[in-house]
Amino acid sequence: MKHKAMSAAIVAGAVATAVAGLSSTVPAHAQAKEKCYGVSLKGQNDCKAGAGTTCAGTSTVDYQGNAWTLVPKGTCVTMDVPGDRHGSLTELNRDLPKA
Amino acid sequence: MAAPNSLSGTGNPTGAGAGSGSREFSKALLDPDAAPPSGLVGPDGKAAPKRFNVYRNNVIVSLSEALGQSFPTILSLVGEDYFNALARTFVTHHPPETPVLMWYGDGFAAFLESFPPLAAYPYLADVARVEWAWLQAYHAADAAPLDPADLGAVAPEKIASVRFARHPAAAIVTSNWPVLDLVRANRFATDTVVNIDLDEPQSVLVTRPDMDVSVFLLRPGGEVFLSALFEGTTLEEAAASALEKTSEFSLADCLSDCLSSGAFAAIEGY
Repeated sequence: MKHKAMSAAIVAGAVATAVAGLSSTVPAHAQAKEKCYGVSLKGQNDCKAGAGTTCAGTSTVDYQGNAWTLVPKGTCVTMDVPGDRHGSLTELNRDLPKA
Repeated sequence: MAAPNSLSGTGNPTGAGAGSGSREFSKALLDPDAAPPSGLVGPDGKAAPKRFNVYRNNVIVSLSEALGQSFPTILSLVGEDYFNALARTFVTHHPPETPVLMWYGDGFAAFLESFPPLAAYPYLADVARVEWAWLQAYHAADAAPLDPADLGAVAPEKIASVRFARHPAAAIVTSNWPVLDLVRANRFATDTVVNIDLDEPQSVLVTRPDMDVSVFLLRPGGEVFLSALFEGTTLEEAAASALEKTSEFSLADCLSDCLSSGAFAAIEGY
């Protein structure tokens, strides 16, 4: 081992600096998500959108009613999309791709 | 024409084991010039070469499309026509080894590296490694990342000997090429103009602390530091290795990046 010296005190000091800088930030996972139907632009939905689409990125209509995207919990139903439409926690019958 | 000894001892009275038939079938699937497997007939009892050709084509095309979806940056960099030909070559030489499509393409980076016509584009392989890490992170087990406060709670005299457990989604790609810029420009921010300096080495950390996969640029020495920690060395040893590699290494900054990006699942011991 010809490692340059790195004393325990230096390590402890660096850890303290790193942890102190982070303690105030909210971890990303603390924010729960929910599936929100009818709010994603075409091609931007998350997975498993149902009939007319098969998986992520496959919705073909803007704000497609049976395609969902993940949004922060509690924000879905208050989400406005153009034309006085809103997000929904369950599948919608509006804006479906033409069969 | 089965190998003379391959069927001995199977006890199959007909001498035509299912193993031999399916081997012939899969071999013919990957070779467009091969004759359809013997004994393959349609409902009318006649040989069905057209039906087999449709099936053979679907196999190659569906696997090529799967590759294109797993490696969109490569697709964008080489263009659709080239990618289709490239994927076809890969698929015929490296058919899937598991029935799970999301794990198909493990050898694609190594293939790009050894494919002579692409010798002038040596960065492609590392770009593919980033995309593979992205895909694995996407499908990795969900786990809450280590809370920085847990590390803060370790007694200062014990800190140097802390070891971490890697987060299931975390992976490092070390590269001499600007892989992050290439992936950003061709996959994640295709509508913005990015100036790419091919002389800039970039090593990245891929993680998925929550729902979304992220790709982070590692600071100087960060790839040595984090690789060592993922291999189970102590914090002190990992920091010393990184410092030996580059005097620019900053333990506080690198550790801060690792904690905030969700590289670790837990403290494993100290």
